[in-house]
Amino acid sequence: MKFKKFITATAVALSMMLSLSAVAADTIKVGVLHSLSGTMAISETTLKDTVLMMIEEQNKKGGLLGKKLEPVVVDPASNWPLFAEKTRELLTKEKVDVIFGCWTSVSRKSVLPVIEELNGLLFYPVQYEGEESSKNVFYTGAAPNQQAVPAVDYLMNDLEVERWVLAGTDYVYPRTTNKILEAYLIAKGVAPADIMINYTPFGHSDWQSIVADVKKFGSTGKKTAVVSTINGDANVPFYKELGNQGISAEDIPVVAFSVGEEELSGLDTGPLVGHLAAWNYFQSVESDENEAFIKKWKKFAGKKRVTNDPMEATYIGFNMWAQAVEKAGTTDVDTVEQAMIGITTPNLTGGVAVMNSNHHLSKPVLIGEIQDDGQIETVWETNGTVIGDAWSDHLSSSRNLISDWTAPVSCGNFNTKTAKCSGQNF
Amino acid sequence: MRFKFIDFRRLNGGIVVTYLVKRFLALMLLVFSVGSLATAVAETDLRQISQQLVGAKLKVLPAIVEQFEAGGEEALPLLDAMLNGRLFVRKSDKLIVIAERQQDGDYALVDALSAESLSPSPKKRLKKVKVNNRLRVQLREVIARITLSSADPDIRESAVRNMLNKMSDRNIAMLAQAKKVETDSTVMALIDLALAINVLKTTDVQAERLSALEAIDGSLEPIVFNTLSALLAQDDAGNNLEADTAVRAKALKIKDRIQQKIDFFELMEQLFFGLSLGSVLLLIATGLAITFGVMGVINMAHGELIMIGAYTAYVVQLLMPNSLEYSILVAIPMAFLVAGTVGVLIERCVIRFLHGRPLETLLATFGISLILQQTVRSIFSPLNRQVSSPSWLSGSLDINPIFSLTYNRLYILLFALLVFFILQLVLKRTSLGLNVRAVSQNRSMAKAIGIRTEWVDAMTFGLGSGIAGIAGVALSQLTNVGPNLGQAYIIDSFMVVVFGGVGNLWGTLVGGFSLGILNKFLEPVTGAVLANIIILISIILFIQKRPRGLFPQKGRAAG
Repeated sequence: MKFKKFITATAVALSMMLSLSAVAADTIKVGVLHSLSGTMAISETTLKDTVLMMIEEQNKKGGLLGKKLEPVVVDPASNWPLFAEKTRELLTKEKVDVIFGCWTSVSRKSVLPVIEELNGLLFYPVQYEGEESSKNVFYTGAAPNQQAVPAVDYLMNDLEVERWVLAGTDYVYPRTTNKILEAYLIAKGVAPADIMINYTPFGHSDWQSIVADVKKFGSTGKKTAVVSTINGDANVPFYKELGNQGISAEDIPVVAFSVGEEELSGLDTGPLVGHLAAWNYFQSVESDENEAFIKKWKKFAGKKRVTNDPMEATYIGFNMWAQAVEKAGTTDVDTVEQAMIGITTPNLTGGVAVMNSNHHLSKPVLIGEIQDDGQIETVWETNGTVIGDAWSDHLSSSRNLISDWTAPVSCGNFNTKTAKCSGQNF
Repeated sequence: MRFKFIDFRRLNGGIVVTYLVKRFLALMLLVFSVGSLATAVAETDLRQISQQLVGAKLKVLPAIVEQFEAGGEEALPLLDAMLNGRLFVRKSDKLIVIAERQQDGDYALVDALSAESLSPSPKKRLKKVKVNNRLRVQLREVIARITLSSADPDIRESAVRNMLNKMSDRNIAMLAQAKKVETDSTVMALIDLALAINVLKTTDVQAERLSALEAIDGSLEPIVFNTLSALLAQDDAGNNLEADTAVRAKALKIKDRIQQKIDFFELMEQLFFGLSLGSVLLLIATGLAITFGVMGVINMAHGELIMIGAYTAYVVQLLMPNSLEYSILVAIPMAFLVAGTVGVLIERCVIRFLHGRPLETLLATFGISLILQQTVRSIFSPLNRQVSSPSWLSGSLDINPIFSLTYNRLYILLFALLVFFILQLVLKRTSLGLNVRAVSQNRSMAKAIGIRTEWVDAMTFGLGSGIAGIAGVALSQLTNVGPNLGQAYIIDSFMVVVFGGVGNLWGTLVGGFSLGILNKFLEPVTGAVLANIIILISIILFIQKRPRGLFPQKGRAAG
């Protein structure tokens, strides 16, 4: 009797251990590197939830390669050096197969050396300033030629804008984007006197003089527009001041690159109605994929939640990675990286996203007007998709550079004039 | 014009005649004022036009909107609702309605043409008529053309002003017609201006052009300045585009005169911006001038007391959703009480045990500031909260076409001064003020003559904290209400108090305004980022020279 009990107990214990180890060997670890506290938590928490939702769904379908996916969530706390440390932790201690993460350019720049050294794989889902292409990173957000440049084209051709205010927060993304836009505008024949560039600190709240300057700049009879790379909550007092000084969207439209549905959900949208936003996705876009995605998201995160562009970028990135792993039959970084190139997956706006050999996506560009319910209605879109350009053609320093991670070039920074690879990918 | 089908059999002759005469007179008025018989359209036609809006694509909307102009004033409510995004199609019967959100979340409906009230409907039964910026511009123009014959001079003025920026031949012709019947002098002047500018652009007759220049002399409308600049412009080779030297000389003289005025008003504008920034600095520093200046407590949680005031404004707004216009007025005393109470608690529980130990007070209050921030994060979430502005705090007071004062800034400037002078009264004229001054000058002496110094300490700290709370209510109208609100202002408030002179309220007033004005005069030259840096460095240098600030306390009070 006792013996029998012992036998069964051992058997149970053994089988439990076996199944445990089987589970351990049978999962694919997915790192999630988004700030859950600090200033960026507002935006990044949403993306963490999106990845978790995608993982849950993939697991319902039976996981990948017969294994379940296991999320490993870390919190880099909006602290840029901590992003590098957490990446190291994910790659060496947790041994994750892929990382979805980062929002600000500075956090990505801090992760880059680590991810290249340890040969990890990062999916970066936010619009950014370009001038970078790493072998270990896939950029699923928009490059400047997929957001800023088409937006300027729209203003120039459709709204006949002749005078330009480039207003931004004082850090790397607005400065690089404005440099590209300025070069682009001058190449298009805009006189330097018709371009006004202005930078403000993070969280700027006293917009009186700047708005008065914009008003003066726009009162010369030529149609004027503001191209805004103003970041975060500094936008609220900016739009408020525009409204108070009597500048409406018809007089001087503001096209913003960092204001999306998520940001709008917390504001009084009255003063913003009619101003523009440029993205690759709006929640209001009507397509079957989008409807299904919004439904799933509301079920997962709550009824009042909205969807936005970086979420779509995460969605595309995750689906592409899952396909590439299935195609490669392994999660080995080098194999998956090569398998990724050329992968296609439906995007949420009714088209198809393609991963190009420069690790950037082909995306449609949408311009929308902000509505009073916090949604953005499309007023213009590109015919078909635009291929993301890692190195801008409008800057003299990167005009001759291309990125191509397929043989025979296999380089993120290839100079077409000298036919040399500098080796420096960022 | 409305021409209903009337069943004459049911009416007696007199009414019919009066009706017809009225209609006829109205029609004649319209004919004379607008100058076109074709503008009269029956309501049924208007309804037909409006039905085209159902399911219309953005591309075809401009053509539809154009047709509404013929509807005259009948079409105004519809056009106005479309401009403001309140025009919807009721899905059940494809009726064009104007919808307004009610308290319960449903939408109150009104027929866009007959103004007849319909039963309320939930949002999902309505489809919005699309509108974009291009369409809004067109709508404004159409509305301007219709309202050019409005009975209200203010509406006519805005109509003319709108046309001033879109000088098509058609608009000019309409303005010339309108001039004949115009009675209001302001509107008349604007019409004359538009016609004069048109003369300058279109005719070559020197006498006409010179008198047109006469007519626009002294006007500050941006379009006048632009027209003059265009007259005086040169091509790339340096040749004048305007051949007539007499016209050019006169234009130059007028332009110089206008330029002088513009320069003057730009200076005034900068001064106002500076005063407005100064008033914000004054508000946030006044409370600190009491806790730090008078009591000598280095209170790092001052910013969080401001934040508590701002959140009080938010909560008050939530509690009285039906009277948003006045919730801010209720919020001011509430914020004073809430922040004041928190201040008293901080004083009683922490600061009084740390008397005379500034370093420990600094660390302890810094800790309190972190605790308060996290508490707010836990209660209200880390996301920013929106305190909406009542309508009397939105918009601006237009003094002339180039100089206007925004109401929110104007009221905050007045409010800051009011708070400051009330505080002066409290300190100078009440027994509490007398006690406060006595304790701050010589604690043991005050104690010896029977002043309850403990109680005075708590009250003084409460007073300073309460004023910080009031500052929070004002800030809620200018910036985001979030857990980090206080951090953004703590450095500024210490800067003002130290610069003005610790212990001197007048120093805080002068310090706040001079820093504000300095900042706003630097900003256009250096940009916002550099202006902040320059000010910080100059204050450091200033403190090296005068460690006790602008207005140091003298004699025994300096103790």
